[in-house]
Amino acid sequence: MAAKKSAKPNVSKDELLYHYREMLLIRRFEEKAGQLYGMGLIGGFCHLYIGQEAVVVGLEAAAEEGDKRVTSYRDHGHMLACGMDPKGIMAELTGREGGFSKGKGGSMHMFSKEKHFYGGHGIVAAQVPIGAGLAFADKYLGNDRVTFAYFGDGAANQGQVYETYNMAELWDLPVIFVIENNQYAMGTSVKRSTKSPSLWERGAAYGIPGEEVDGMDVLKVKAAGEKAIAHCRAGKGPYILEVMTYRYRGHSMSDPAKYRTRDEVQKMRDERDPIESVRQMLLTGKHASEEDLKSIDKEIKAIVNEAAEFSKESPEPALEELWTDIYAEA
Amino acid sequence: MATEILMPALSPTMEEGTLAKWLVKEGDTITSGMILAEIETDKATMEFEAVDEGVMGKFIVAEGSEGVKVNSPIAVLLEEGEDASAVPAAQAAAVEEAAPAGSSDGSAPAPASVPAAPIESKAVEPDVPEGTEFKQQTVREALRDAMAEEMRNDETVYLMGEEVAEYQGAYKVSQGLLDEFGAKRVIDTPITEHGFAGIAVGASFGGLRPIVEFMTFNFAMQAIDQIINSAAKTLYMSGGQMGAPMVFRGPNGAAARVGAQHSQDYAAWYSHIPGLKVVQPYSAMDAKGLLKTAIRDPNPVIFLENEILYGQSFDVPVLDDFTIPFGKARIWREGSDVTIISFGIGMKYALEAADKLAEEGISAEVLDLRTLRPIDYGAIIASVQKTNRVVTVEEGFPVASMGNHISAYIMTHAFDYLDAPVLNCTGKDVLMPYAANLEKHALTSTAEVIDAVKQVTYR
Ligand SMILES: Cc1ncc(C[n+]2csc(CCOP(=O)(O)OP(=O)(O)O)c2C)c(N)n1
Ligand SMILES: [Mg+2]
Repeated sequence: MAAKKSAKPNVSKDELLYHYREMLLIRRFEEKAGQLYGMGLIGGFCHLYIGQEAVVVGLEAAAEEGDKRVTSYRDHGHMLACGMDPKGIMAELTGREGGFSKGKGGSMHMFSKEKHFYGGHGIVAAQVPIGAGLAFADKYLGNDRVTFAYFGDGAANQGQVYETYNMAELWDLPVIFVIENNQYAMGTSVKRSTKSPSLWERGAAYGIPGEEVDGMDVLKVKAAGEKAIAHCRAGKGPYILEVMTYRYRGHSMSDPAKYRTRDEVQKMRDERDPIESVRQMLLTGKHASEEDLKSIDKEIKAIVNEAAEFSKESPEPALEELWTDIYAEA
Repeated sequence: MATEILMPALSPTMEEGTLAKWLVKEGDTITSGMILAEIETDKATMEFEAVDEGVMGKFIVAEGSEGVKVNSPIAVLLEEGEDASAVPAAQAAAVEEAAPAGSSDGSAPAPASVPAAPIESKAVEPDVPEGTEFKQQTVREALRDAMAEEMRNDETVYLMGEEVAEYQGAYKVSQGLLDEFGAKRVIDTPITEHGFAGIAVGASFGGLRPIVEFMTFNFAMQAIDQIINSAAKTLYMSGGQMGAPMVFRGPNGAAARVGAQHSQDYAAWYSHIPGLKVVQPYSAMDAKGLLKTAIRDPNPVIFLENEILYGQSFDVPVLDDFTIPFGKARIWREGSDVTIISFGIGMKYALEAADKLAEEGISAEVLDLRTLRPIDYGAIIASVQKTNRVVTVEEGFPVASMGNHISAYIMTHAFDYLDAPVLNCTGKDVLMPYAANLEKHALTSTAEVIDAVKQVTYR
């Protein structure tokens, strides 16, 4: 996947269709995951990405093969967008042998070496220094690669983020810090957790440039991603993107979400939905008909249903798996 | 084709819930993302969203119904054009089974959850005067009451942590405290464990008595340096001039299916550190009495709770000021053949095992340590002298576990009384897997305890 590189000024039909498909896949996948959770097939914590699809889809469209990514527990969208197989993701959610971590990691802890996806981390902000470390390795080894380190607005207050900023700039590490500002950390709105007017500007204290990006607009996200990548690949060190987005669902499946009004959520869905806006672009630009889009919807639904079926049919891991993967063979 | 809408699981620990309210009507057109109903789980009232599209055909479960099992059908969704007669007979029949609980005018809302069956306390050494009245309370409520009572008693006691105030606690332990004590004393922090733990240590040096809630103890690892190097060591390093009178509390150990980074038991970790006191209660009564003691203690106290126990009900004494001293174990059950020593949620396995063993004619004494620092060595030795055989039970990792320490202590101090080696039931020497079948095996179990008892009693 991640077959972009056609950064033409005029957005092509193919590109719009690509974004539409990718975002829709995430949305439908997450809806299905929510349903399977409700049926007790997925357990524990399950954090859905619905509403934030444009962030990863835009940035992945700007990325090149070999670039790396690392994120938090809210990771299903990132995995789908970097091309990991929906079947393996869903089967990990149901804790089955066919999952990316053989059922041992679950929703929050998934990895794919092949797709350069370094997790899926359950501890808020722990992925930020890890992302800088991946970039450190690339620089050390002379790889011309960049790393996307995704984290939330809540994570942005953790001390290790600032320790990392300092070293990343000090050593010119090719890492893009992507703050997915969905405006809430669990039940705490950004305004209740900081008096900083913006999160990306904090980078200035360490000499890291950055910008705010409209995260409900996949094209703007992609353009910002291209700029940040160019900065990193030119050897100029890290870059910060504060992507303004919104999660439609509760923090996790068990969040009653009493800290915001139903109207606030509905307004976002009605007015800013990232998928709907691409859909409108496709229709008004006569790139696709309602019929075309319906058939894409159908295709995506089939992919998701297939993943769900696989995730139910894949057996539970063998009991011996309890004892494997504690240590690597020396 | 009609599809059934099933009662959803809306939290990691939910098995059944109350269908509080339908927010759509039969015959309504349903689109995905639409909110269908309000459902009360063990922790909260949640909105239940539609995934599939169609027309609401028929409600199988009426609003107000309590105890609706997860995954049982609650309604039938029809495809456009289909009519309600498409609902199979079996589904219609289910309607009768789930009768609404409250009055049909909806005046009396059902309680948030049906409390689990109470657990009988058979304490041999009572912590309360004879004739004391008891009431049923969950561990969650008992902890909240302990904090509220101590905050009423002492202006310098305050609570800080993530989501403790406006959200009412991630696990609803601090429910109502913001209302009663206000934002000065019930403080929401940003997600900055190392920072706010350090600020609380400083506040304790400065004359306050902070209660720091960690959303779970897994996240306290972010703050471990302040807990150990600052809170635990300052009294000693200052030659007794100043210390950290404070409580670090929150859920510890495995919850359900939350994987390796969210499922660790830190009992042995903290018990390793001189300067810390460590408490891990099992019952609501102990949770309350020990938390009050912890808040009053002039030292840093690690108070390890358990998410699975939060919703369990126990007898709690109705007393104005009820505390339980540290360093005093509780004998839940007297016995003569073997001593089972445990604490926290390990007690669940210990007590279940003792019940089953009794049926087989093996009399087990069950000792709940309650505090791990200080530890009631006297009670341990006295019981060993009586039964001559010991099994320890805990959820933590086996290497350098509490059980290891207790075994070593018994070997040193009561070697001549032992008729068998002490066995330790612990979590397995692996990280916590997510898969349901593996998770079960990673934890210790009642069956393992029974097995260990049979080994030490040579049965
Ligand atoms: C160190 C740590 N503290 C607390 C938590 C519990 N927790 C999980 S997610 C979360 C909120 C994070 O919000 P944000 O960073 O904005 O990310 P979002 O969930 O919005 O994607 C909290 C407090 C945790 N997992 N790790
Ligand atoms: Mg957020």
